[in-house]
Amino acid sequence: MNETRQQDQPDGKRHSPHRGARVLLAAGAAALALTAALATPLNPAPQQASAQDDGGKKVLTVAVSQSVDSLSPFLAQRLLTTSIHRMMYEFLTNYDPKDNHVIPGFATKWQASPDKLTWTYTIRSNSKWSDGVKATAKDAAFTFNKIMTDSAAATANGSFVTNFEKVTAPSDTKLVIKLKKPQATMTALDIPIVPEHIWKNVKDFSKFNNDKRFPVVGNGPFILTDYKTDQYVKLERNKDFWRKTGTPQFDEIVFKTYKDQDAAVAALRKGEVSFVAGSPALTPAQAASLKGVKNIKLNEGPGRRFYAIATNPGARTKDGTKFGDGNKALLDKRVRHALFEAVDTKTIVDKVFQGHAVQGEGYIPPRFSQYFWKPSASQKLSYDPQAAARLLDQAGYPLKNGKRVGKDGKPLNFRMLCHTTDPNDKAVGKYLKEWWGKLGIGLKLDCVNDVSVPWYRGQYDLAFDGWSVNPDPDFVLGIHTCAALPDKTGGESAATDNFICDKKYDDLYAKQLAEYDPAKRAGLVKQMESWLYDSGYMNIMAYPNAVEAYRTDQIKSIETMPTAAGNIYGQDGYWSWWSAVPASGSQGSGSGSSSGSSTGIVVGIVVAALVVIGGGAFVGVRRRRTADDRE
Amino acid sequence: MTADSTPALAKSADARPGSGPAAAAGPEPGARPGTRGPRARNLRAYLQYAAAKIVGAAVSLFAVLVTSFFLFRLIPSDPVKQMTGGRRVSTQQLAALRHQYGLDQPMWKQFTSYIGDALSGDFGISYQYHTPVIDKITGALPATLLLTGTAYVLYSALGIWLGTRSGWRSGSRSDRFHTAFALTLYSVPSFWLGLLLIIVFAVGIGPIPGMFPTGGLEQGGLHGFSYVVDVAHHMVLPVVTLVAVGYAQTLLVMRSSLLDEMGSDYLTTARAKGLRDDLVRRRHAVPNALLPTFTLMFVNLGHVVAGQILVETVFSWPGLGGLFYQALSVPDLPLVQGLFFVFATAVILANTLADILYPLLDPRVGR
Repeated sequence: MNETRQQDQPDGKRHSPHRGARVLLAAGAAALALTAALATPLNPAPQQASAQDDGGKKVLTVAVSQSVDSLSPFLAQRLLTTSIHRMMYEFLTNYDPKDNHVIPGFATKWQASPDKLTWTYTIRSNSKWSDGVKATAKDAAFTFNKIMTDSAAATANGSFVTNFEKVTAPSDTKLVIKLKKPQATMTALDIPIVPEHIWKNVKDFSKFNNDKRFPVVGNGPFILTDYKTDQYVKLERNKDFWRKTGTPQFDEIVFKTYKDQDAAVAALRKGEVSFVAGSPALTPAQAASLKGVKNIKLNEGPGRRFYAIATNPGARTKDGTKFGDGNKALLDKRVRHALFEAVDTKTIVDKVFQGHAVQGEGYIPPRFSQYFWKPSASQKLSYDPQAAARLLDQAGYPLKNGKRVGKDGKPLNFRMLCHTTDPNDKAVGKYLKEWWGKLGIGLKLDCVNDVSVPWYRGQYDLAFDGWSVNPDPDFVLGIHTCAALPDKTGGESAATDNFICDKKYDDLYAKQLAEYDPAKRAGLVKQMESWLYDSGYMNIMAYPNAVEAYRTDQIKSIETMPTAAGNIYGQDGYWSWWSAVPASGSQGSGSGSSSGSSTGIVVGIVVAALVVIGGGAFVGVRRRRTADDRE
Repeated sequence: MTADSTPALAKSADARPGSGPAAAAGPEPGARPGTRGPRARNLRAYLQYAAAKIVGAAVSLFAVLVTSFFLFRLIPSDPVKQMTGGRRVSTQQLAALRHQYGLDQPMWKQFTSYIGDALSGDFGISYQYHTPVIDKITGALPATLLLTGTAYVLYSALGIWLGTRSGWRSGSRSDRFHTAFALTLYSVPSFWLGLLLIIVFAVGIGPIPGMFPTGGLEQGGLHGFSYVVDVAHHMVLPVVTLVAVGYAQTLLVMRSSLLDEMGSDYLTTARAKGLRDDLVRRRHAVPNALLPTFTLMFVNLGHVVAGQILVETVFSWPGLGGLFYQALSVPDLPLVQGLFFVFATAVILANTLADILYPLLDPRVGR
């Protein structure tokens, strides 16, 4: 046998037969060690969290699908981050959870001058930043002035200040905003106020993301203590917050990233998270799977979004230059009405949304009761295919061989823009094809990833459209004014939603913006909704519900907004997290994760032990075999 | 019979990893160990070969850089509109944003500044994260390397081991079982398997308790050893998923290349010398059969960096795969370009490394 070994190694050196395996093992171990080492220094764990005693801390963990775009209130635009800023910072005003009416926030009182151009806010004197510095009107003035003067700081909230002439803070408790024109939205300035003494040192607002130093200095009901990209955001209760009624009962709120919503639902079932919002809502299948599950409560409330069919009124610029290739047949109101009269919104709600939506009527969802409007009986475009057919006949599109044909002899065919990312668009599209097909109208769905490209070029006939509505409806109304039209042709993005430009609508828009009496303003807004409905440019099919779920063995109660029936995640305010009460005997999902961590340690040690024992056994067996060979 | 008169044995010895270019000179007719001439000549040839490969890689990298700029501009999109996320923005603000990101410049100017910046390692600022692209990439890279790197080591080792066993006893019950089992797992969609593992082993079903976290890399707030254990705990399910769907490839290549070697004369010779079956396999058959497997492993190595979009998504792993998905859905052009370049670079580098190392493993290459 000795000779054999000699033959195997012509150079005469003895190489261990399992050297390859050892090298492989060593390389693997090195690779692991290297990657583990890499994972640590590049993602340094913030110091604050370690100082906290985990024992007995009540933690509410929320599974979210969005990732953080920026923690700077000047840059953040996503629902997740704007919601987090609601918790971290004070806004001048807040909204009542019961019915969305405006209530004091950082400002305790406000008053407009008789000429409507000067607003004076009284700033509360009992608010301080989490580093102990007093929060004053000067911080608010700094925030607004920064947005007005630095275009980088205007990224997220610039539109709020375009009408501002001057903002000053004559004293610590007095903030004065001078306007160029009257503006009714002055109690709905959804801008987080930041501490001047921290933010004055920021050099470039376009790149500063407020995510390097923890805890982040704020004066909201919660303090952001820790953040790891695409993993979690942690906020702790601010014990010094001025509001003392019904203070938060959870010590910590954690927003944990789940990129896959089915995994998030699994985490809820397990109890690893206390709450799942869905993206943007739980799907009907996910909701069905959670129905009746022990310790899980489904919350379904009216949503803040509308889902509509937009019809191209003919794309044009501010100076009236027409562009795009929208079907001319849609310029006839009768055709637009006929199309919508052939849409059975009940079927859409029942079949596509599987009941998790409300049939559409006016432009603003019923959740905002103050501004909700619905068409009168005579005005209403109900589902009536026969009436739709008659309208088309009147409009000069008679039925020939099953096709509606215009005066030029061409059949009536439309293109419709749909979002590839929205399964509802495709499902509704199939119904529309069927319903309009019966009328003799052809439909082609153009499903694209980014609809804004053909949209801003005016290259569409119809489109699926939808917006989330704020307690103040100014934004969703403003996107249909002539002022929102693009300056140039060629498809550059603009503020307009659907190229609508009408003098009557614009006049109403200007009036409501200058009307400081809430009831009168609401009346004007409803007139605008009525005009929009009659125009047939925006046909609201449904208001999708907010469908979310939480564990009742971790959260005993939590406030929805509006209180009677509403949503929990993405409120206009911090009410859900403020009001959440831990279930008795539970410490929230924190207890789950801490028991999870001890299980983890056990499993980890077992796995490590297995690897060591397995590796040792492997090497031992190899040695024995080789020893056998030598004999 | 001596080793010198057994070419097949010499071949097997030379193919041993780590024998080096000098050893490659061994079996060459007329080569005398210890003489300088052929060795130096071989070294020079090898260096020339390696240099050619490196130059080729550099050319490929530049081509990737150019492609990355134009490829993603083919996707119709309006970055500025996406950046503002459907919020109300004035025309002036839109213009300011376009200017800030250089989108108002003519295409050729954007291109030249892109190439210039990229060559100095600057891939611009991400539209959606307002952060330098390079920071986003280096931030997510360790997580990806940790996950896919671990899975890579495991599935390669498992594939080689099982492939060797299957090939050596081809047609046996265990061969049939392993091949069928591996192929079944290979054809399973990774996100589906991942979800299944979450439901069974993270949530728990029936008598099986939920043992692992449902997602993420860590629970947060831990340090030192408990942090390492916590990360390992979070890694188990995604790694198992990746290994399960990944090892079949290595197994099949290893198995078939071992089968190719099975009929070789040098194995008969080895057996004739009275070597145990185990030893014949380990010292003679496997080293030769490993060559195609190494090629596959290098190809896979390049993909380690790209991460696994689906698995990273299902397990909410904060790596490059997930980042790429998010960048594409905006589309966040600077981030997409940067990631594309990094992914392509990894593949090119892995292939170049394979090209450079191959002559060391197989002396027939690079001559």
